[in-house]
Amino acid sequence: MSEYVIVGNGVAAAGCIEGIRSADTESSITVISGEDHPVYSRPLISYYLEGRTTIEKMNYRPADFYEKNKVKVIYSRAEHIDSKKQTITLTDKQKLKYDKLCLCTGSSPFVPPFEGLDAVEKKFTFMTMDDSLALEKALNPESRVLIVGAGLIGLKCAEGIAERVGTVTVCDLADRVLSSIMDNECAAVMQAHLEKHGISFMLGDTAVSFDKDKAHMKSGAEVGFDILVLAVGVRAEISLAKEAGCDTDRGIIIDETMLTTVSNIYAAGDCTQGLDSASGEKRVLAILPNAYMQGHCAGVNMAGGKEAVTNAVPMNSIGFFGLHSITAGIYPADSEIYEDHPAGGIKRLYIKNGRLAGYILIGEVDRAGIYTALVREKTPLEEVDTARLRLSPSLAVYKADIRRKKLGGVV
Amino acid sequence: MKRVYVNEKWCLGCRLCEYNCAFANSGLDSMVKALKDKPIFPRVHIEEAEGITYAVSCRHCKDPLCVKSCIAGAISIQDGVIKIDKEKCVGCLTCVLVCPYGAVAAGENGAAQKCELCLANSCGEPACVAGCPNNAIVYEER
Ligand SMILES: Cc1cc2nc3c(=O)[nH]c(=O)nc-3n(C[C@H](O)[C@H](O)[C@H](O)COP(=O)(O)OP(=O)(O)OC[C@H]3O[C@@H](n4cnc5c(N)ncnc54)[C@H](O)[C@@H]3O)c2cc1C
Repeated sequence: MSEYVIVGNGVAAAGCIEGIRSADTESSITVISGEDHPVYSRPLISYYLEGRTTIEKMNYRPADFYEKNKVKVIYSRAEHIDSKKQTITLTDKQKLKYDKLCLCTGSSPFVPPFEGLDAVEKKFTFMTMDDSLALEKALNPESRVLIVGAGLIGLKCAEGIAERVGTVTVCDLADRVLSSIMDNECAAVMQAHLEKHGISFMLGDTAVSFDKDKAHMKSGAEVGFDILVLAVGVRAEISLAKEAGCDTDRGIIIDETMLTTVSNIYAAGDCTQGLDSASGEKRVLAILPNAYMQGHCAGVNMAGGKEAVTNAVPMNSIGFFGLHSITAGIYPADSEIYEDHPAGGIKRLYIKNGRLAGYILIGEVDRAGIYTALVREKTPLEEVDTARLRLSPSLAVYKADIRRKKLGGVV
Repeated sequence: MKRVYVNEKWCLGCRLCEYNCAFANSGLDSMVKALKDKPIFPRVHIEEAEGITYAVSCRHCKDPLCVKSCIAGAISIQDGVIKIDKEKCVGCLTCVLVCPYGAVAAGENGAAQKCELCLANSCGEPACVAGCPNNAIVYEER
């Protein structure tokens, strides 16, 4: 019998619980939850504001999840880890012993030290269910909202509140929207669509200081607002790990089994820096599928099983006002680029070293996962029908024998 | 567990499977009402490669990426069958991003949908198989 402890109660933690239980149904599992909620679907906080889901439906797992998996949840924060004695101390000084520990501490919004920010009354970050509920209380049909940050979180927030406020302006120092997942061409398509739905942009410009209800921009412009949302970026929560002696960089350094550099301490999800197989570098891949898969992998290994995550790549499926985009992999500057415009959308395939390095689809996204599989598996393009690959994703890109295997047996 | 498999050799590319699927999942009692003069959203689709046609639908993988990736926790495995909770799904299409078979797609109202083997609809077993005129789709244990 082992004592498993998990810090954090997000999707990585849920994956870890399910991973442990796939290999060990008996030992005790304790989860320390910094947020006062059972595990919920964090990406749905904007859908909630938009009225496309409810607090109830945001539960990531059924109500009996912890009970069924024999998990004890302590709603508190872990303050300190002693990796020699293998103990962990909580805010209320309670001490827990662990045999195997998994850090699933996620990330926190990064708020730069803006001058005058203290004077702003209605300011919000957009990471948690509580953030979303607090923001909702402040909304009214006349509100002028300024969102700092045109990344995924800032723009999802903009979409979520657009129908419930007067105006939404989004500024970002980057010269395009969604700069972490889109190239210039595709970002322009998304931006135009967002503008059609009433979102205004100030790109290549950002707030440098604030008065009570006014932002002073780098360009010298002034923007009045009633509500300020700070979505500049997120930072991995690495302080506990660092203190415990784990190697950290932008995230907690992990190997393919999710083990940190300290024995018996694993880490999973947004707080980690693991292998991005598309670039070959260790990177923080702050996406939900990665959090679940890493958590599951950590759990299996903690319980004495064997699992590895070897083909994680950046990937996203994100829609705004009915326009979907799906992206995966990387976009090396020296790639051969294939561009097409199926059904009024845009498709850009990045091909390098005889492999599909990455792709961006906007609009027509059917069967995109076939492209993702080629990216994840680094399939040599000489093994597939590249003319068909360019045309559209389908299993017809594969040679007949491979296709028959995919469709003819248990996979 | 019984799953749906295709037999490329026998597929005529007639697309009856697509129509039978859309009808079986429409909840309506007449095929005309369900399908006539409107776009249909079948959960099986015919692909064509060098003159060969074949039907593609959910493989009900043993280690499904869609289940692990769903941002809403809306996809689960129940007795081996992978199911989407339409009420929880917000239509983000992360399942489309990850399914290596191209077997999940947005349905009529934007929520994701895929083959659930007709176990919960009026057909009770895969309608694509039942209606295939050439036994090019089968439902069996392998
Ligand atoms: C608005 C928004 C939209 C998003 N949309 C998408 C999307 O469309 N697709 C996608 O793939 N991803 C999306 N993401 C990212 C996705 O939500 C994350 O990748 C995922 O939630 C990470 O899960 P996690 O378990 O690693 O961390 P988290 O969900 O951040 O959970 C970590 C938890 O640990 C707790 N914690 C931290 N330190 C301690 C401590 N010391 N003691 C106790 N508890 C602690 C925190 O309070 C937190 O609750 C979105 C994120 C946001 C904010």
